[in-house]
This record gives sequence, structure tokens and C-alpha cells, in this order.
Amino acid sequence: MMLLLSLAARSLRNRLFISALTVLSIALSVTLLVGIENVRAGVRESFSGTIRGTDLIVGARGGTTQVLLSTVFGMSTPSGAIPWEAYERWSTHPAVAWTIPYSLGDSHRGFRVIGTTASFFERYRFRDRKVEFAAGRAPAGEREVAIGSDVAARLGYSVGSPVTLAHGVAAVSFAEHEAHPFSVVGVISPTFTPIDRALYVTLDGLEAMHAAELADGGGLAMGPPGPARSAATTSSEPAITAFLVGTRNRFETLQLQRDMNEDLAFPLTAIIPGVALGQLWQTLGSAEAGLRVVSVLTVFIGLIGMCVALYASLESRRREMAILRAVGAGPRTIVSLLVLESGMLALLGALTGVALVYIGIAVGQGPVEARFGLSITARALGRTEWGYLALVVSAGTLVGVFPAWKAYRASLADGLSVKL
Amino acid sequence: MIPGAGFPFTGPAVELRDIRFAYRSGPTVLDIAALDVHAGERLFLHGPSGSGKTTLLGVLAGVLLPQTGTARVLGADLATLSGGDRDRFRAEHLGYVFQMFNLIPYLSVRDNITLPCRLSRARRARLRGASADSQAEHLAQRLELGSLLDKSVTTLSVGQQQRVAVARALIGSPELVICDEPTSALDADRRDRFLELLFASCEEAGSALVFVSHDLSLAPRFARTVELGALNRAA
Repeated sequence: MMLLLSLAARSLRNRLFISALTVLSIALSVTLLVGIENVRAGVRESFSGTIRGTDLIVGARGGTTQVLLSTVFGMSTPSGAIPWEAYERWSTHPAVAWTIPYSLGDSHRGFRVIGTTASFFERYRFRDRKVEFAAGRAPAGEREVAIGSDVAARLGYSVGSPVTLAHGVAAVSFAEHEAHPFSVVGVISPTFTPIDRALYVTLDGLEAMHAAELADGGGLAMGPPGPARSAATTSSEPAITAFLVGTRNRFETLQLQRDMNEDLAFPLTAIIPGVALGQLWQTLGSAEAGLRVVSVLTVFIGLIGMCVALYASLESRRREMAILRAVGAGPRTIVSLLVLESGMLALLGALTGVALVYIGIAVGQGPVEARFGLSITARALGRTEWGYLALVVSAGTLVGVFPAWKAYRASLADGLSVKL
Repeated sequence: MIPGAGFPFTGPAVELRDIRFAYRSGPTVLDIAALDVHAGERLFLHGPSGSGKTTLLGVLAGVLLPQTGTARVLGADLATLSGGDRDRFRAEHLGYVFQMFNLIPYLSVRDNITLPCRLSRARRARLRGASADSQAEHLAQRLELGSLLDKSVTTLSVGQQQRVAVARALIGSPELVICDEPTSALDADRRDRFLELLFASCEEAGSALVFVSHDLSLAPRFARTVELGALNRAA
């Protein structure tokens, strides 16, 4: 057995270039297969971690997914607004333990500006952790802003830096609120969630900023007015875009949700984060299944490539087989040799593929996080991934049976006289 | 004789009687009434191409089974052995040298020579306690290959490769060594030296030698010459 392993290894090394190419092709397909599984699990973990501590997310009338995406993940522009008195009514509801109001729609040089209250810094949990400060503190006054770590890094802000906020979410906005400059009072420690890419001001601060702009020259309004602003023009109370709810008792969440959705005075869209995420995943489900099918096919392609390479090598190895037979190796030894060769190639390919997954994660983690706000961390391989690897190695070994059989038949027919 | 018994066989090396052989669906290639090779004898089989010499060697090595007749090699009737048993028999008792391309390209000289002992426990047992490596060194010395043991075989000249093949054939002192035109690729002066070394090593090991070639000028150096054209009625 040791002898066969040694022969197989040396034989592969003798055809180093082809062997390396074969290993690479299997490795790449394994990277795809295992990588997709890994990233998929990582993305789900990342998303659900962001909202695990919240029982309900409430927005103005709109689609469920839209509320989810816009409030927590900062994607897509929110629609509608919730009047303050409606919010107050719910925040004092007996079933509600805490609320965090959000006011969205403003931006600063491409990063979202979110108006909220102190309860955000006290109550919000992501992956069971609190929002903490690397420097400074939460905003309290009208001109104070706390920024996420990405914002600080990208724009070079620190505690004390002046910040001008713009209306709308364009990177360059025509309506700069120059009348109401803010100042950074805190930098939030990295969370690897969309928090890192946002700026946080108080609701008062946001309101004061909009009021100042109105007073300055409302004619500057280019494009559609933000929802919070248009609601503010009709009442003197601030309006918010959405709010998060923590209920006193988990069991009351469902009833509370129904009450909010069916409220006669001002119906809202209240969603249960886990359920909404589940629906989101289901939508993606068929895409994921498609991806998985593609990656399984690439594994097949890699294995077929290996089979082809082994087959092609047989012709030039007929003399080698004859020598082995002359020296006393039976046909079974020859079959074992070839099956071992393909098994070793598959094993090396699988290992290399996994290594590439981790290298890929290490290299791509930063850019993906910056671009999409997704944190892909290196995870240990799960049962599914080990299953895939075992399948690849066994399939690779089995694939070797085909050229091995051919070599067996040829060595019997050739005997000791190989007609070269 | 039981294959794998381990002790050197001292009876006749080869006894063929009424052998007839044809390939799958072809004409009769071998038709031999009788052929004997005695223990330790040096036999020259002279045959041009087409005289069936490669087929005869295949029968002697137990790779090909004749359709009729008895092929007794070292006392064993090869027809009574299964394919696996014949392979093991060959591993233990035979040495074979091809005309050229004798060596496994991805193994060193040393590993090529010791290969039979690593593939067959019975062959290794014939070393009687000595290690395969030390035996390989001894043979390499006798065949003037001493400094080449750890080299890659691709760096060797043809003559050196043939001598390595002889060393491999002789490790473990098999009772029968078969050579299929081993000198055709060598030039004249190397040829003589090769034969000298071959004979000396076979003598030391006590092996019978069956040497096939179309070059009749080599015949005088052998104890006996057999004309394959006369011996093989199908030639």
C-alpha cells in the first residue's frame, strides 16, 4: 500500500504540469461549491444578526420587504411617513417595552443620515451586542452627530469635525443645509453592519435643520421633498420614517402587529424581522438553488477533465505498465495505482479548493463589506461542506476506475510486448 | 513446485512440449515440439522478426498461455496456475530485460532495481535477510553502475539503462532470466562488455539465461544456440 502510494505520488509528480492543472480545475470547482455554501450561511447570519434583538419593525404603509430593506439595511428610499402622534401612541402601548424611532431621507456625501433618539444607543442590539463608541458619545443636542466607523475612515472625520448635511440621498446635493452645520461628537466602534456607514443625529437636530432650510429659501428644493419634510410642513410635530419595537412579552408581538396593521386612525406596516427575512430568503431560494446546481456541474466538469487527462496519459504509459507486469505487478496492482492517482488528485484538488475559499474570504472580506455592508467571516466548515468534500474525493477516486480498467485490459492484451 | 516456496529450484529451467499458440483470432504463431533449458544454462535463441520470438518469451514468462501443450517453467505447469498465481510466479522466479525503455521514468536507478523486491514479498525473501538496497548496490558495482544509484534514469545512456535493467532482473537471484534483444540498441564495443557483465552476474546468481536476438554474431559466446526458425514449425 505504501509502495503504491509512493508510486502514485511519483508518477503524478512526473507529469507535474498536467497534474497541477487537473488539481487546479477541481480546486476551482470545489471553491465555488464550498464557497457558495459558506457565503450563503455567512450572509444569512450577518443579516439576521443585525435585527435579532428587535421584535417588530414598523413603517408607513408599504411592502414588507421594502420596510425591512430601507429601515435596517439602508437600501432603497423609504416611502411615506409616520406622524409623531401615531408614533407616540404606540410607544406608550402597554405591550411595548421600548421603541427606536428613525427618520431617513437625508445624506452626507453618499452616507445615510439617520435621525433617532437616545434609545437607539441604549436599546439596539446587533448580534447580541450594544452600539459602543470608539471615541466620544451619542448626540444629544441639535447640532451634534455621531458617525459610523466607515464614515470616519472614508471622510477623515473625528470628534470635533464639522459636518454639513444635505437633503435627499445624492452624493452631491444641490441643496446643502449650510445654515445648520453639525459637529461630530462621537465615532461608533466598528459593527460590521450598515451602522458603520451611517451618521446619527437627534430628531430635533434633523427637524431644526429642515426648518432652517425652509426659512432660508424653500425655493431651493430640487427633486421631490423628503417624506419627513413634507409631513413636517403640514404639522408642527416631527414625523419619522419608521420605528423599531421591543415588546414586553414575546407572545404579544403577533397581536401588536395585527393592531398596528389594522389601526383605523393611521394604518402602518409592522413586520416581524425573522419572518420578513425568511420571506426574503425564500425569494432568493430559487436563485441559490440555481447557483448550487451550477457549482455541482462545475465539479463534474473538473472530474471529467481529470478523467480525460488520465485517459490521455495511458497511451504513453503502456510501456510503464508492461515493465510493471514484467517485474511482477498483477493487473490489480495497475488498477490500484491508477485509482490511487485519481484519488490523490481529487484530494489535493479538494484541499486546495478549501484553501482558496479561505484566501478568497480573507481578501474579499473588506471590499464586500465596504460595498454591500455584508460581513463575510471565515467560518469553520459545516456538515454540508464536509459532505461536499467527501463526495468530491470519492467521486474523484471512482472516476479513476475508468482509465484503470482500460489500463488493465491493455496490460493483459499487450503482455510484455508493447508495440510502440 | 509450489510458487512462493522460496528455495531455489534446481531442476530444468524450462521444459516445453507440443506447444501451440495463436493470438485471439489469428493464425498459429507458435508450434514447438520440444524446448529444454537446463538449470544455469546460457541459451541463445536466434530468430529474425516474425519468427515468433516475442510470443515464445511471453509463454516462458507466463504472460501468454498456449492453447495446447505443456509449458513447464522451473517445474511449474503454467497452465495450471491462475493469472494471479502466474504474476506472483513471475515476480518470484523470473527476471526480464526488454530491448529498450526498460525503466520506470519517475523512479531513481536504485528504486528501479529494488522494485521487484518491493512488489513481491517472495522475491524479497530470496535475499535471505540482506536488504534490497545493499543487494542493489552490490549488483550496481558488478555492472559498473556504482555512482549512478541515486540518479534519475532519464540522465542515463542507453547502455547504462540496459545494465540497470539487468540489475533489476537479477536482484533476488531468480532462477531464470529472459532477455529480449537487449543489445540491439548498443554499439559493438559496448555490446561485448555488456555480455561479459551479464554472464558474470548470471553466473554469480546461478540463473539460467535465455537470450533472444537476431544477431547471429553473438551466438559463439553462448553454451548452446537454437534456431527459432527451425524450432518453430509455424515460423
